[in-house]
Amino acid sequence: MRIEGRVWVIEKDGKLIDDIDTDMIYHNKYLHITDKKEMAKYAFSNLEGWQDFPGKAKEGDIIIAGENFGCGSSRQHAVDCFIALGIKAIVAKSFGAIYKRNAINSGLAIVECKDIDKAGLKNGDVVEIDLENGDIKKDGKTIAKAKPMSPVQAAIYRAGGLFAYAKSI
Amino acid sequence: MPTVIEKIFQKHSKDKVEAGSTIWLDVDLRTARDFAGAQVVKNLLENYDGDYIDDSSKTFFTFDCNAPANTIGYANNQQICREFAKKNGIKVFDVNRGIGSHVVMEEGLAYPGITAVGTDSHFNILGSIGAFGQGMGDVDIAFVFKTGKTWFEVPPTVKVNFIGLPDSRWTAKDLALLCVKELKGKVLGKAIEFYGEIIDKLSLAGRITLASMVTEMGGIIGFIPPNEEVIEFCKKRANKEIKPVYADSDANYDEEIDIDVSNLEPLIALPGNPANVKRVADLPSISVDSVFIGSCTNGREEDIEAAYNILKGKKIAENVMLKIVPATRQVWQYMLDKEIMKGLFDAGAIISHATCGGCASGQIGMTGKGEVQISTSNRNFKGKQGEGDTYLASPETAAASALAGYITGVEE
Repeated sequence: MRIEGRVWVIEKDGKLIDDIDTDMIYHNKYLHITDKKEMAKYAFSNLEGWQDFPGKAKEGDIIIAGENFGCGSSRQHAVDCFIALGIKAIVAKSFGAIYKRNAINSGLAIVECKDIDKAGLKNGDVVEIDLENGDIKKDGKTIAKAKPMSPVQAAIYRAGGLFAYAKSI
Repeated sequence: MPTVIEKIFQKHSKDKVEAGSTIWLDVDLRTARDFAGAQVVKNLLENYDGDYIDDSSKTFFTFDCNAPANTIGYANNQQICREFAKKNGIKVFDVNRGIGSHVVMEEGLAYPGITAVGTDSHFNILGSIGAFGQGMGDVDIAFVFKTGKTWFEVPPTVKVNFIGLPDSRWTAKDLALLCVKELKGKVLGKAIEFYGEIIDKLSLAGRITLASMVTEMGGIIGFIPPNEEVIEFCKKRANKEIKPVYADSDANYDEEIDIDVSNLEPLIALPGNPANVKRVADLPSISVDSVFIGSCTNGREEDIEAAYNILKGKKIAENVMLKIVPATRQVWQYMLDKEIMKGLFDAGAIISHATCGGCASGQIGMTGKGEVQISTSNRNFKGKQGEGDTYLASPETAAASALAGYITGVEE
């Protein structure tokens, strides 16, 4: 299972932002929205410096972030808004536990990589991620090593999400 | 030997349970609230053909975020849940009942040793009674409604030992804030078990306060070994024998962390980050515009009574707005019976029906730009409770600050 895409390095003053919570990703004032396409408009709309993200992101892009990405509430919207934008994977140093589940269940690749801040990535770089062995490559060279997905997570991701997976078992 | 979470999981799984393994877990109690509830319904309708609910007697809706609805969006979502519930024989604890994670305890649906999930990220509050509770997103919850199961990565457990007992005035909220400060970054994705003399002193309300902030510590859940009070409370409501799950003394912990509480005193989290915790006594004079007492963290009888004991016979400072939001209808009843309601009213408080209030962008507790609020809730991320600056503290500190008009602890 490989993903290739252009990256967005979510940083401030040259440092990956830690503790990006679900209100920064998708503010609670938009929680009544149930149409996933509409959610795309509000991705990062409460994250200082990144409010224009929905206008910049393209289908197939990859997000790079710091520690504890997606901490906070259990809202699925904070995952769905990225899926609606066409984001293919989120690479972070660590994730909020509920966020990680929500992403896997919806078929959004979650890549935990402690050293991603040392990989020297810039906005627009193209990386290739092998979800099974955790290799993150740029120009064919391994630039960081992520935690491989667990077998259950990989099976759910491969099926395209939890509902699709449930039909296969 | 297994930890508390491993013991509870093993009773609910055919898979081999050990830290790090991913298992299929049987879920005893399955809930969704007005936030995300409509999404759960939508997921079920879109992905399955009829036969949506594994066991309707174990499945509930609890409306607490926006109760009663003050937006058309929420009103529609609640109605979607009600209609789905009616067709599928599911009970709804509607907008008059209070915060779902508390309601399931009061109703005897949650008790020590069970597994429970909900769309509330503070559903791990059930660790306060030695039950496994977990907040999940609408995809997970829909899957649980349908199958009665969920997948779960068994977290390693950190044992937290509180050392000593404070000799000055302290509350469970001060203990919870101390833990957020001390444990943030150390327990991410892990379960916690809390021990120590100070734990034995905590009432159920205090246990709820501590367990509710494990989410802010970054943990999966924090278990507090049930004491007599908790067992009696649950036994009376569940109407059955309660068999609490305790860890063995040689349980396999990932780490042990000692936290000295002998100098515990009133603490406060500064706006923007629940882990940015200071001593109330160290703060410069900060004027307060509004005070919010309530939430799943501090909305119990004891919390509101603590505020009442400080406020009774007095008037809050001019230009301060004091908003009191009981966690449940049962708490409301208690306030009514004890004339706490009148005392708070006379002191100048606004008293709301039972709901999550400002935490969920509800009617009570939102702030405007430049407004300074002291809140007894659990989160003060930017924008969470409006656009103002929110400080987190105990009901006592909140009430004392409402009287003074600036942030202060209780005058002895």
